[in-house]
Amino acid sequence: MAARVHDVAVIGAGPAGLAAATQCASLGLATIVFDESPSPGGAIWRALTATPLRRPEVLGPDYWRGANTVRAFQAAGSEYLPATSIWAVAQRDDGAFELGVTGGRHAARIAETFAARALVVATGATERSFPVPGWTLPGVLTAGAVQALLKRSALVPDGRVVFAGSGPLLWQVAWEVQNAGGRIDLVLETIPRGRLAEAMRHAPGFMFSGYLARGLELVRSVRRRTRVVEHVEAFEARGEERVRRVRFAVGGAWQEADADTLALSSGVAPNVHLVAAMGCELAWNPAQAAFEPVADAWGGTTIGNVFVAGDGAGIAGVEAALARGRLAALGVANALGRIDASRRDAEAEAPRRALAHALRGRAFLDALYRPPEAFRRPADGTVVCRCEEVTARGVRDAVAAGARDADALREATRCGAGPCQGRMCALTACELVAEARGVSPAEIGYPRVRFPVRAVSSADVAAWPGSDLAKRADERGAPAR
Amino acid sequence: MFARLPDARRETVAVTIDGAPFEARAGDTVAAALLASGRAAWCPATVPGVPRGPFCLTGVCGDCLVSIDERANQQACLVLVAPGMRIRTQGGTGAPVPKGDA
Repeated sequence: MAARVHDVAVIGAGPAGLAAATQCASLGLATIVFDESPSPGGAIWRALTATPLRRPEVLGPDYWRGANTVRAFQAAGSEYLPATSIWAVAQRDDGAFELGVTGGRHAARIAETFAARALVVATGATERSFPVPGWTLPGVLTAGAVQALLKRSALVPDGRVVFAGSGPLLWQVAWEVQNAGGRIDLVLETIPRGRLAEAMRHAPGFMFSGYLARGLELVRSVRRRTRVVEHVEAFEARGEERVRRVRFAVGGAWQEADADTLALSSGVAPNVHLVAAMGCELAWNPAQAAFEPVADAWGGTTIGNVFVAGDGAGIAGVEAALARGRLAALGVANALGRIDASRRDAEAEAPRRALAHALRGRAFLDALYRPPEAFRRPADGTVVCRCEEVTARGVRDAVAAGARDADALREATRCGAGPCQGRMCALTACELVAEARGVSPAEIGYPRVRFPVRAVSSADVAAWPGSDLAKRADERGAPAR
Repeated sequence: MFARLPDARRETVAVTIDGAPFEARAGDTVAAALLASGRAAWCPATVPGVPRGPFCLTGVCGDCLVSIDERANQQACLVLVAPGMRIRTQGGTGAPVPKGDA
């Protein structure tokens, strides 16, 4: 049983979670933070307090700036549980949330229960799936995977290295790998011809944002040191036991290059797995081609006392995440009666201004880097669901046979039923079903997600006091779209 | 496939991988240690005979599952190495992963 009920549990310790926890603790709320990583910082400041890299210039000043946020968090006095995953959430009759927790110091994997009166879900972004032929071969990783290996373990890809895709993360990681002394042989950029001109109508906002100078510098730096091919329309990984070559098409003409590592990036999407499982309502964001939780100006979701902040609430970057973390904390403090609305609103002025400033360049970035349709809704032979090897043809056939949404698709094909529980393929599957039915992804909705959302034993599930509550919620049929 | 930067900090952590001793580094995830050992893949797809390597290394994809200290199907990217840790790859069988009962 829960030893005590915290005022607020913050889930995730990236910029938003750290900012939220710091603000909650400084307002006197008993705050506990659960972090799947072994040290604070999220993806952007991964291993900030623990990286084995000796030269600070490898990751650049934007990385090390996170130290201020981490220090403030450590000084504010919340309880911090690193390397822990939330596998279930259930709401008790008194309104508090029971959290099933696994990992971390619970080395014997005895599922423990914690409880909190309010939640701030700051689970950040996940990299978008990038279904191209051969993407399931060993040696094909996401750019974020390459970045995690560099930051936490000082590992760089060996042999011939190709980066492919588009978006800020692709260039950021390429830049970091080169700074570290790693080799990159080729960058395949998949922004379609004409997209830049299309995005330029959002440029006025972008010009005033901090992104422009920083982003251009990164791209220029990478270009100086490696070959970049633009407007790649299609590409595929080739090899038997692992990737050996990439083939790519520009202007309809195919070329080939050797590759021992292929790093993919087509941008990021909100990590909504946990809030979807909890039954928070989600909405389709057409500009970002992703689902995000429906939330008010404080990050309050459609479930009372459940707040979201950071990229998990909608992709907006680190400055926005810091601001939204503080706003969510103010929302929580007000919801719990710790501060009144006038103090909340007064304290919100600074983060609101910061948020507005941070969002200025977003429309341009969204327009420029929205993954091309061909990579979001792949050709028939391409694997969509890595876990169960379901191809795009399998999805289309299932729709033709009557599957109307992702849940019916899972029943028919096991797409989304494997170990990742659909985390990788949910968006692709949704868009394929929507296309085949001729409707918007908004109409299809995000697939139903059920607890446990992390692997725990059936004995742990049975022993968890929240199980009864979760079962009852499930029977009520909490909407997951 | 992945090489350690020569100027990185170097505290070693002794683990075993499939019974053989291996020197990981402090702060490595199990997945990083396996990649540093020269492996590109250690967890077969649920479809028999299909090779599958780690993809996201951020807890999403489920393509890095491994046995750690005799507990199967752990996400190698979410667990840090510890002295004496026994890491076993699950490659070769192609057996489906029992869902929710790792």
